[in-house]
Amino acid sequence: MNHLTKKMKIVASAALLTLGASTLSAYAEAYPERPIGVMVAYNPGGATDFQARIATLASAKMKDDKPLSVGQPIYVTNKPGAGGRKGWNWFASKAPKDGYMMAAYNVPHFIAQSIVFDTKYNIENLEPVGNWGADPAVLIVGKDSQFNSVKDLVDFAKANPGKVTVSGAGKFVGHHIAHLQFAKASGTDLKYVPGKGGVGAMKLVKGGQVMAGFNNLSDAARAKNDIKILAVADLERHSFLPDVPTLKESGVDVDNSSVNFRGLMVPKGTPQAVIDHLAGTVPTMFKDKKTLGKMKQTNSPVKIMSRDEVVAMWKERQAALTVLLAGLKK
Amino acid sequence: MEFLNYFGNVFTVYHMSLLIGGTLAGLILGALPGLSPTMAVALMIPFTFHMEPAAGLILLGAMYTATVAGGAISAILVNVPGAPANIATALDGHQLAAKGRAAEALFYCFTSSFVGGVIGILVLIFFTPPLAEFALKFGPTELFWIAILGITIIGTIGSKSVITGLLSGIIGISLSTIGANPMLGEDRFVYSEHLESGIHIVAALIGLFAIPQVLTLLEKSKDAKDEEVFELGEYSVMTSVLYNLTRIKALSIGSIIGVIVGVIPGAGGQIAGLVAYDQAKKMSKDPSKFGKGEPDGVIAAESANNAMVGPSLVPLLTLSIPGSPTAAVLLGGLLIHGLFPGPSLFTEHAEVTWTFINSLLVAQVFMLIIGLFLSQHCGWIMKVPSHFMAATIFILAVFGTYSIQTSYSDVLIMAGLGVMMYLGSKLGFSPAPVVLGIILGPIAEDNFLQGKLIGEAGDGIIPYFTSGPLNMIMIALVVLSIAYSAYSESKMRKKSLEMKGAA
Repeated sequence: MNHLTKKMKIVASAALLTLGASTLSAYAEAYPERPIGVMVAYNPGGATDFQARIATLASAKMKDDKPLSVGQPIYVTNKPGAGGRKGWNWFASKAPKDGYMMAAYNVPHFIAQSIVFDTKYNIENLEPVGNWGADPAVLIVGKDSQFNSVKDLVDFAKANPGKVTVSGAGKFVGHHIAHLQFAKASGTDLKYVPGKGGVGAMKLVKGGQVMAGFNNLSDAARAKNDIKILAVADLERHSFLPDVPTLKESGVDVDNSSVNFRGLMVPKGTPQAVIDHLAGTVPTMFKDKKTLGKMKQTNSPVKIMSRDEVVAMWKERQAALTVLLAGLKK
Repeated sequence: MEFLNYFGNVFTVYHMSLLIGGTLAGLILGALPGLSPTMAVALMIPFTFHMEPAAGLILLGAMYTATVAGGAISAILVNVPGAPANIATALDGHQLAAKGRAAEALFYCFTSSFVGGVIGILVLIFFTPPLAEFALKFGPTELFWIAILGITIIGTIGSKSVITGLLSGIIGISLSTIGANPMLGEDRFVYSEHLESGIHIVAALIGLFAIPQVLTLLEKSKDAKDEEVFELGEYSVMTSVLYNLTRIKALSIGSIIGVIVGVIPGAGGQIAGLVAYDQAKKMSKDPSKFGKGEPDGVIAAESANNAMVGPSLVPLLTLSIPGSPTAAVLLGGLLIHGLFPGPSLFTEHAEVTWTFINSLLVAQVFMLIIGLFLSQHCGWIMKVPSHFMAATIFILAVFGTYSIQTSYSDVLIMAGLGVMMYLGSKLGFSPAPVVLGIILGPIAEDNFLQGKLIGEAGDGIIPYFTSGPLNMIMIALVVLSIAYSAYSESKMRKKSLEMKGAA
């Protein structure tokens, strides 16, 4: 009797295996056959949320009965909390690995968190499929500030160590990384004041409660009348602000590690055919004319990158951030 | 008077139907627990993607005003505030309903919302530039003192005694520290994965108010034949509206406080109603009537939370700094249409901006008419047998909580807090001070941390928190508030001692 059950089990599992394999391949061919979700780990209405909604607008567009990009509608679902950690933890550990749930990533935020905290996600268990935006951090001061250049600020900070306050959107976001890099490269002792998101950090600068701040280039460009923008933390000047020098041009050797990249990813373990399909179609979806128009209208800096480019960028960031954050690990 | 030039734009068939639809939907969504104004506006934003900017904003604006008022319906009828802004409304509103004066309470609610709302929008139209300057002056220290001022009123809000009120407040503040601290990123008291992102204020609100209500209703329905049915009450609309308009003191306290709290960014419009309620009570000739069904309580709370709407847009439209959590979501709605807050909004995009602001004014009228109409016809809610009512509230509570951030953890937290609150209510605890603690705790903490960091870099923490005229005013208000509470408490005690002596 016992023997028989064992035999039956083997047969059954073998049958299941073949069945599984065949459905899997048939499945990958049919993908996608229903709408796909995108998990945003921040609140609805924030920059990542509304950019994700715009970026995915064209997902179901058809021409001559053939899909132009992904081929199914994409909906956004929000899982905010713990500075994005809640949503990304859920995504890496519990999200379905069938390609029907993607997530928006924010680099360097999620990579920095995965280095400093004990998170369930890291660049090893996530697979990018395309990047739509890149928003560099800029160094800003209030309209009436005594500082008119990076040099003014650095000179003052050197004469008054520990007296200069710098705001940013929170801990371990691009602004914080820019702050750490700036303090290290300029040899100054600056005090980081985390604000309540980018908006809260900007308010501290406008209200004169802090002496300087790092904020999103897109938001700062809009607020040009209320603040002075001293420098961009990127390798090149930005088309939104052609007159603003980079930090490097201003004599402080800071690279583009703090640039806030936004794009889509799936969890590791997703069938390769599905990843390939998404990697091939997601960047095309970002290039839709209406989407690009909306992005421009909302002042969202676009940078479309393929899966391979993002994989390389993630690795580069991981290496740079591991060095920078070595002293802060919990 | 530039705004008058664009008044005509509101009165197109398309815009009017959006206004009416938005108001009706807002009133109904607002009445559902969990669907706070912030949620309702956030849910609507994707729909405005494909609309003209003016039309999209009209819809969002109408939803915003109507959901704030709609939250009062459930607060009055079933003692479950639709959103944190309506907590104060429940205190006297539900007592009125329990006395068979539900319709009257609803009439007061919509009339006061209308008065407060119109005053708020007029402030937005006429005083935007000076108020924007004022809003910027509120830094971390000022906001810290505002939170402390709010904490001083916890003890006297909706509790039988100051001690249980304060205890509930402490419990609320402690609960608010659970989860990852948004400023520092550190995890605190995260004993289980479910607590990772802390206790969401709306989940707490639903749990603390709705679940005890569900359990109480079930308790009652054990004896199904002997059912206690509240009557909606036979009150003429006109009499109530006219009476309401004569309550000038409560209306002006509510509107003024609503306007001030609305302008201050980060103070959270959620506390406008509670602060106004507290002030109306303190300035009343007979404070002991409050909490037992005093119309002035409803009037002050509802005029305040709607007066907050217009001014909360002042710092948003000029400086891109939202005055309330809902205004923060509205910012996303503006950006999507390429409308960037700042002076250009009133020059380059003047047409859209003024059409939007004017439509808010017209939305108040619709809210009043539709609200008064609905009030006369929600009597059937009161007649629903308690076991059906309990089931309905419970289902809405679970769905409402899950929908906040599609989180199962929130549902567990909501249910857990609810059961504890039910047991607590047997000991004389009430939910309002706990929720107030959960709202004010993070405001006080985050701003203290920011102020501490800035103070350390400057002249030191204590000088930083006590310098400047605004800080001085705030500290004076805190001292006054504590002194007044102590004074009235001792007066009450004396009174009760005298009564005992006489007996």
